[in-house]
Amino acid sequence: MSPTESDAQQRPRAGSVLSARNLQKSFGSNTVLRGIDLDIRRGQVVALIGPSGSGKTTVLRSLNGLEIPDAGTVTFAGAAAPVSGKVGGEQPGTLTIDFAKATGRKDLASLRDRSAMVFQHYNLFPHMTVLKNVIGGPVQVQKRPRAEAIADAEKLLERVGLADKRNAYPFELSGGQQQRVGIVRALALKPQLLLFDEPTSALDPELVGEVLGVIKELADEGWTMVIVTHELAFARSVADEVIFMDGGVVVERGPAAEVLRAPRQERTRQFVQRLNHDI
Amino acid sequence: MNWDLVWSSFGPIISGAITGTIPLTLASFVLGLILALLVALMRLSPNVLLSGAGRFYVSVIRGTPLLVQLFVIFYGLPSIGIRLDPWPSAIIAFSLNVGGYAAEIIRAAILSVPKGQWEAGHTIGMSRPQTLLRVILPQAARVSVPPLSNTFISLVKDTSLASLILVTELFRNAQQIAAFSQEFMVLYLQAALVYWVICLVLSTGQSVLEKRLDRYVAH
Repeated sequence: MSPTESDAQQRPRAGSVLSARNLQKSFGSNTVLRGIDLDIRRGQVVALIGPSGSGKTTVLRSLNGLEIPDAGTVTFAGAAAPVSGKVGGEQPGTLTIDFAKATGRKDLASLRDRSAMVFQHYNLFPHMTVLKNVIGGPVQVQKRPRAEAIADAEKLLERVGLADKRNAYPFELSGGQQQRVGIVRALALKPQLLLFDEPTSALDPELVGEVLGVIKELADEGWTMVIVTHELAFARSVADEVIFMDGGVVVERGPAAEVLRAPRQERTRQFVQRLNHDI
Repeated sequence: MNWDLVWSSFGPIISGAITGTIPLTLASFVLGLILALLVALMRLSPNVLLSGAGRFYVSVIRGTPLLVQLFVIFYGLPSIGIRLDPWPSAIIAFSLNVGGYAAEIIRAAILSVPKGQWEAGHTIGMSRPQTLLRVILPQAARVSVPPLSNTFISLVKDTSLASLILVTELFRNAQQIAAFSQEFMVLYLQAALVYWVICLVLSTGQSVLEKRLDRYVAH
């Protein structure tokens, strides 16, 4: 990532990039979100932690409409710079999606325009080379010039140490390399917000470090990120705020050091202790 | 054995293949595949009317003999005022038939692509049609080549039924020479041989295509 690029999208600003209010979601009789509020400031890194089934992944997926909550709103602030990189395009203004009303494809598309997602299982396109995976969004969706998209993609790949893999297919890469491509694919969209869904959970232990290293660098550069993770040590070192969820509610939130070192709530304490024992 | 007859018969039989069997197969398969994709998408649609219509179509096509479908179109339709020539009748019947069978193959192939691929497409901003076209179908194609090749090869042989609605193709030419020369065994074996050779070529094509589509899969 060249400094100009990250500066352009991630210029620190007062106020929230994203606000979610009262997100509620049930799958049949199973209620997974019971009214979640979120505020994420520009340049902030938020870690969502909690036991499986706590709803943390559902919250993350609601932020880009992969999951449609039954109620609640998601608001993105106007961008400091063109997010999608459309040449001569309008700078996106404030966007509010109210999930209680019918959400059409247009709403979802404009919501997804603001963020990019890194998946637990990478979800790279297996039939495309690394380069094609990365430039697909910029060229086909954002209609940026192909040459420019390729130049950007090469820069990003070089950054994560994969410049020589541009013509490889995903199956030829290790899990850690695939996930780094997944991160580059997200970055290439120049989103306002990066979403990570347990980005290291599918990796062999010895490959976790290389992926966490890249995410840490992005955090240091000032990207705004929401990360669902089980890596508490990583959350402590990278997150500005930690949100602990259980049973579809936010049990505790605050600065990483406080929530992870000196939790106020008993449930948080038990969770943190259990994970630390595992380590 | 009347070798002169054998050699002189290959001419009309092969020309029947080139001007009848092969174009009839190709036209019907291409139209059938387009139809099949539409029907597969209907069946996958959350809209119950669309998916119901798709299911009904597949059920009718698979539940009735191809020969009967062919006769309904060529000999049946004129009684309600729709008169079609042999060629259009044959192409319509075979396309509808391929459409029914291939729809199920394509539907299964689309479903075999992991849900995460749709999600990845959506998160980079692709619409549903874009994701389908650029992400899902290329992967579904790989899965569906073997079963679609079966359909294709069956179709080559099924086109012999068109001889019964007066389409001049491979088998009809063989039949005419057989009737004239009374050498039934020889002529029908010759016809069988030519069908076999066409199918061998197609099988080879299938292997090449499968290899090509397999290049991005771990072995």
